Amino acid sequence: MSNTLQTDKFFYDNKIVKWFAYATILWGLVGMLVGVLAAFQLVFPVLNLNTAQTTFGRVRPVHTNAVIFAFVGNGIFMGVYYSLQRLCKARMFSNFLSKLHFWGWQLIIVLAAVSLLAGYTTGKEYAELEWPIDILIALIWVAFGINMFGTIIKRRERHLYVAIWFYIATFVTVAMLHIVNSWEIPFSMFKSYSWYAGVQDALVQWWYGHNAVAFFLTTPYLGMMYYFLPKIANRPVYSYRLSIIHFWALIFIYIWAGPHHLLYTALPDWAQSLGVVFSVMLIAPSWGGMLNGLLTLRGAWDKVREDVVLKFLVVAVTAYGMATFEGPMLSLKSVNAISHFTDWTIAHVHVGALGWNGFLTFGVLYWLIPKIFKTNLYSQKMANWHFWIGTLGIVFYAVPMYWAGFMQSLAWKEFTPEGQLKYQFLETVTQMRPFYMMRGIGGTLYLLGAVMMTFNLVKTIRAGKAENDEAAEAAPLTKEFVEQHSSYHWHRWIERRPVQMMVLSLVLVAIGGLIEIVPTFLVKSNIPTISSVKPYTPLELQGRDIYVREGCYTCHSQMIRPFRSEVARYGEYSKAGEFVYDHPFQWGSKRTGPDLARIGGKYPDSWHFNHMYEPSSMSPGSIMPAYPWLFNNDIDMDITPAKIRAMQTLGVPYEKGYDQKANADLTAQADKIAANLAKDNIQVKSNKEIVALIAYLQRVGTDIKLEQKTASAN
Amino acid sequence: MKFKNYLESIAGVEIYPMVSLFIFLGFFTILTIWALKVNKSYINAIKNIPLGNENDNN
Repeated sequence: MSNTLQTDKFFYDNKIVKWFAYATILWGLVGMLVGVLAAFQLVFPVLNLNTAQTTFGRVRPVHTNAVIFAFVGNGIFMGVYYSLQRLCKARMFSNFLSKLHFWGWQLIIVLAAVSLLAGYTTGKEYAELEWPIDILIALIWVAFGINMFGTIIKRRERHLYVAIWFYIATFVTVAMLHIVNSWEIPFSMFKSYSWYAGVQDALVQWWYGHNAVAFFLTTPYLGMMYYFLPKIANRPVYSYRLSIIHFWALIFIYIWAGPHHLLYTALPDWAQSLGVVFSVMLIAPSWGGMLNGLLTLRGAWDKVREDVVLKFLVVAVTAYGMATFEGPMLSLKSVNAISHFTDWTIAHVHVGALGWNGFLTFGVLYWLIPKIFKTNLYSQKMANWHFWIGTLGIVFYAVPMYWAGFMQSLAWKEFTPEGQLKYQFLETVTQMRPFYMMRGIGGTLYLLGAVMMTFNLVKTIRAGKAENDEAAEAAPLTKEFVEQHSSYHWHRWIERRPVQMMVLSLVLVAIGGLIEIVPTFLVKSNIPTISSVKPYTPLELQGRDIYVREGCYTCHSQMIRPFRSEVARYGEYSKAGEFVYDHPFQWGSKRTGPDLARIGGKYPDSWHFNHMYEPSSMSPGSIMPAYPWLFNNDIDMDITPAKIRAMQTLGVPYEKGYDQKANADLTAQADKIAANLAKDNIQVKSNKEIVALIAYLQRVGTDIKLEQKTASAN
Repeated sequence: MKFKNYLESIAGVEIYPMVSLFIFLGFFTILTIWALKVNKSYINAIKNIPLGNENDNN
C-alpha cells in the first residue's frame, strides 16, 4: 500500500494452531493404529476378539472416520488457523469460537468412536454417525465458518489469496453435503433411518462420499499446499493465473463425478455416463494444481535434497498427482468393471490418504512446531528416517493391494472351458491372506514413522517455548480503495469480497448437485416399480437393522452387476426397483466376502445359524468374524412400533395402524423360524437377534425370484 | 412425504439444470479469458502475499 498509514499492532493466535496440531498427531496415531488392527483382523479373524465392539464391521468405520475427520480434520484446522491469520494479517475473529471449535470437534470425535463401536451407525459410508452427532457437527462447523469469515472480514490484506478461496469452498460445500446426505428420520434417541431409499439413497450417498474426498481431503489441503509450499520453499507459487483457473474448474467439476462410484449398478445409465465424463475432465484441474505445486520448486530442487519438510511435501503432491490420474481411469466403465469391489479401490484411496494427506500433514507439522516453539527440530535425521519408513510403508501398502485387486477380479471372472465359474468365492478369499498380511506390515511401517515423528516433535516442544501470541503489525485497510494496477476487472471485485465468493462457490457446487440429483428424484421411469417388491416384515426390518449395526456392508455388497460372471455366481442382476424400501441402501463398495443381493433362500436357516456362530464351520478358511452375541441378545421389540411409524412417514406402505400389530406378526414369523431350526436339531428361543437376522437374510433379493417363478408358472 | 414431492412442486424445475450449466459455462469462459489477460504486476503482488513483507516477521 503506497498511502502511508499508522500500522496496527496485533497478535497471531498460535495457541489454537498448537492445539489443533496436538490433536492431529494424537488422532493420527489412533486412526492409524485402528487401521492396522483392522488390517490384521482380515488375516487373523481371532483378532476380532469375539465381542461386538471389537469386530471388523465396527472397527473399520472407526478407522475411516478417525483418519478422515479426526486426523485430516484437525490437520485442516491446524493449517487453516495458521495460514488464514497470516494471509489476512489479522488474529482469528473470536478466541471463544476458536476454543468452541476445537473442543467441539474433539467431543464429536470421541462421541463418534464410542457410538460407532457401540453399534450406532447409519450404515452409510463415511457418514456413519447418527443424528445427534450429525447435528453437533453442523453446529461446530458453523462456528468454524463464522470464525473464518469474521477473520476474513476484519483482514488487513485487501486481496484474498487463492488458499482462502479453497478454504471458503471447503466450508460451504462440506456444509451442503453434510446436511443433504445426513437428512434422516430419528425413531429413537440415537437411531434414525435415511430419508432416501435405494437408488436415490445411493446417489445422494456417493454424491456426498465422492465430494467428501473432494472437499474434505482435497480442497482444504490444496489451500494448504498453496500457502505452505511457497512459504516453506520461500518462493511464490509457479502460476497464480493457473491457480485461479484450477480453483473454479476443480470445485465445479468435482461435484458432478459422484456417480462413478455406482457404475454398472442399478443407477440409471445417464447418471453413470455423466459421472464418467466429469471424472475424466477432472484430470485437467487436478493435474493443473499438482503441476502448479511441483513447478513452484523449479530451480530449487537442490533444497528438496536437504530439507526434509520439502521432501514430505513433494511426495505428497506427487501422490496427489498419481491418485488424481488413477481416479479418472477407475471411472472408465471398462476399468471399473475390473477394479470395483476389489482391493484396488483400497490401494487407490490409501495412495491419497497416506501419500497426499498424511505426508502433507507431516511436512507441515515438522515446519510448524519448531516455528511456534521458536526452536529447531530435535532431530533432522530422525525426520529423514520417518520420511523413508513412511514412503516404504506406502509402497508396502499399495503394491500388495493393487496385486490383490487384480487377482480378485480375474479370479471372480474366470470360467472353465466348460463354461463353469472356475473358483469358489471362498478360494479367492483365502488367496488374499498373504496380501492382507503384507498390507498390514506396510501400515505398521507407516505407523512406526508417525510414532517417530511424535517422539521427535515432543522433544522439539520440550526444548522450546511456545509463542502463543505472536506479535505482528500491518496497516489497516482504507475505506477508499485506490486501484494501483491498471485495468480494473470484475474478478478482482470478487477477490475482495469473501461473502460473495462463498455465495458463488455455493451456486457452482449446487449446480452440479442439482443436475445429478434432481432428475433421479423426478423422473419416475428412473426407478421402475416392481409389483412383487413388498415392504419388509417387522422381523426382517429388525434383522436388517442388525445387519446395518454390525457393519456387514463393510465387506459384503448387495449389488449384482449385469456381468455373466456375476449372474452365474450370484443370480439375476440387481434392479433399481428392488430397493425402494431400503432405508438406507446397503449396496456396499467392497467384496471382502461375497455379494449378498440374492442370499435369500440360497441356504437353509440352519446354515445361517451355524455360519453366524462360527463362520469357518460352514466355510473352512473363512476370514469372517463370529457373531456370538447375536445368540444371547434379545430382539428389542419395544422399538418395533416406532420403526414402523418412521417407515410409514418415509412412504413405506404399511397399512394404517400397523405399528400396533407389528409385534404380533414379528413373533409369529420368529416362532416359525425357530421351529424350522428345531427340525435341524437347533434349539433357540425365537426372541433372539439371530432369528431376526436370519429372517432378513432369507428375504434379501427374493422378491424378484418370486416374480420369476410366477411368470414361469403362468 | 417423500423428498421428491418437494422438488416436483416447483414449477418448471426441469429447466434448472440447463440454466445452471449455461451460467457456469459463461462464467468459466469469461474467467479464463480474464486470467490469461490480466495485468502481470497485479498477479505478482498477489502471489507474494504468503511470503510476507518487511512488516511481517513470519
